[in-house]
Amino acid sequence: MRRIGDAPAVRRVLISAAVLLSALFLLLPLVAIFAQAFAQGAGVFWANVSNTYTLHAIVLTLGVALLTIPICLVFGVALAWLVTRFSFPGRRLLQTLIDIPFAVSPVVAGLIYLLLYGRNGWMGTWLDSHDIQLMFAWPGILMVTVFVTCPFVARELIPLMQAQGSREEEAAVTLGARGWTMFRRVTLPNIRWALLYGVILTNARAVGEFGAVSVVSGAIRGKTNTLPLHLEQLYQDYNTVGAFACAALLALIALLTLAAKAGLEWRASRREAFA
Amino acid sequence: MSIHLQNIGKHFGATRALEPVNLDIHEGELVGLLGPSGSGKTTLLRIIAGLENADRSRETSKILFGERDVTNVHVRDRRIGFVFQHYALFRHMTVYDNVAFGLTVMPRKRRPSSGEIRSRVFRLLEMVKLEHLANRYPAQLSGGQQQRVSLARALAVEPDVLLLDEPFGALDAKVRQELRRWLRHLHDELNFTSVFVTHDQEEALELSDRVVVMSDGRIEQIDSPETLYRVPKNRFVFEFLGDVNHLEGRVRDGVLTCGDAHLNVDLPDGHEELLLRPHEVRLAEAPSAESHLPVTITAISPVGAEVRVELEADWLAKPWLATVRHADFERLALRRGLRLYAHPRQWHRFPEAESKAPEQRHVA
Repeated sequence: MRRIGDAPAVRRVLISAAVLLSALFLLLPLVAIFAQAFAQGAGVFWANVSNTYTLHAIVLTLGVALLTIPICLVFGVALAWLVTRFSFPGRRLLQTLIDIPFAVSPVVAGLIYLLLYGRNGWMGTWLDSHDIQLMFAWPGILMVTVFVTCPFVARELIPLMQAQGSREEEAAVTLGARGWTMFRRVTLPNIRWALLYGVILTNARAVGEFGAVSVVSGAIRGKTNTLPLHLEQLYQDYNTVGAFACAALLALIALLTLAAKAGLEWRASRREAFA
Repeated sequence: MSIHLQNIGKHFGATRALEPVNLDIHEGELVGLLGPSGSGKTTLLRIIAGLENADRSRETSKILFGERDVTNVHVRDRRIGFVFQHYALFRHMTVYDNVAFGLTVMPRKRRPSSGEIRSRVFRLLEMVKLEHLANRYPAQLSGGQQQRVSLARALAVEPDVLLLDEPFGALDAKVRQELRRWLRHLHDELNFTSVFVTHDQEEALELSDRVVVMSDGRIEQIDSPETLYRVPKNRFVFEFLGDVNHLEGRVRDGVLTCGDAHLNVDLPDGHEELLLRPHEVRLAEAPSAESHLPVTITAISPVGAEVRVELEADWLAKPWLATVRHADFERLALRRGLRLYAHPRQWHRFPEAESKAPEQRHVA
């Protein structure tokens, strides 16, 4: 007996198409990045990476990602909790609104923030009179990064929490658990893999975000330049090796993220098989 | 601990889930809330637990546990044990940790020492005969075992009242029987007050000291299983508590006629509907002076203490069900297709007007 669609010819064609396309569109660019970065030897690569501006860009990028993650985490959990545990008018609307950052082009998001908080923006005058600068400084970069990445955690949690329902939490409360105890001992363990997965996605996007950040950062070298922006500047300056060195760094972060994600998925599947 | 509910009603938005009801449950009683789905029985149970709030509009709404007014007391402080329909065990905790949960979340002042928690949890696991599975996870247990864990978990905090939502609904028939007996036994031994919800009339009648029959957000009757079965207050209760045969026809001069069937009844002229339980139908080879109800056997199920026989006739809208003793079954040589006469031993009548009392008559 052979399953439907399982003819050897079909299988071979599909598999080779998949391998070919992955190699062409995924693997080859990755190899090219590292090849270019090391084209003039490890010394030049290292000189480019250890350059003050590059180092600053790395620190800024990782710093923004580090601040973004906890904000998105708290926001995502709170939102998922609200949407899955309570019914109130406008709940569906809220669930749709969560997706706005995904639907809107990041450049538009950056422009909106500039319009609101920039010097000539709606809140700009007030902010300026209190000597607060948000745009063209790291707080602005953080704000747009949070905007762009905030749906990830909630998006991961909502379907899971919907499927799990609130019975276990109700059981915890009938047994005398207070709110925080219930969350820590019942809710959190049940959602922790989805939560970590959401964090990984958030991190990947926060590190790599270009469009929104490029609008609000002003790209001042050594001040408000994130790694993706720095990369673009190097490329515009015809410093190909430098640009690809940064690209290699970003690719490395992406690969580490992917590895972490794969590791988590592997653990989760093992847990499922076991529990 | 006794439970006193006064004027407790519930709306979900504009839908009425529960008409304001009053209910008294005595100390040590095992009470079943019985009704079809949507009858408000689970809502009532969840209101007793505090998982749902009764409508606040009524000032006189009140819930008492013994002398303690718990109307505005949060679930966690009501001292109840709740067993959920699908157990709701903590899936990431072992059986041991599940049972210990209620003890470990107690405020530090009241929390037993870890040694005492351990001995208490194992005492409970022993009681539910699961001590050998203490380190398993819920997903590794059968449904019946999970149910016993959830009972042990609920009892660990020594609740004043135990509330169970469809406790045996998801189990197969044999396990259900066994757990029912076991719960009854446990209840008699530990003597707590329990309320459970079920849609299975057999379960309610077998397990409960008293049964609360509900329909459409109303309490229809509260009585002991026996009274409930013998003296149902209305047609709904009668029909819900077992199989029912209908005999509908027109009465004239003391004879109810329906097609070529007729039955002597001592009733005024008019349209009548009589109801009969399967055991109230006797089968014979000939009609009698009292009744002439020709029927044909269409199905026979010989499983159980009695033989269940399905009867059809052109004067019947819906087939009848009769239960026959095995001895009679053999004596009459019953088989499919056989034509016989049905003789009511007794019938019931529930007048449409609420003011009129239901009636039961024996047939001579």
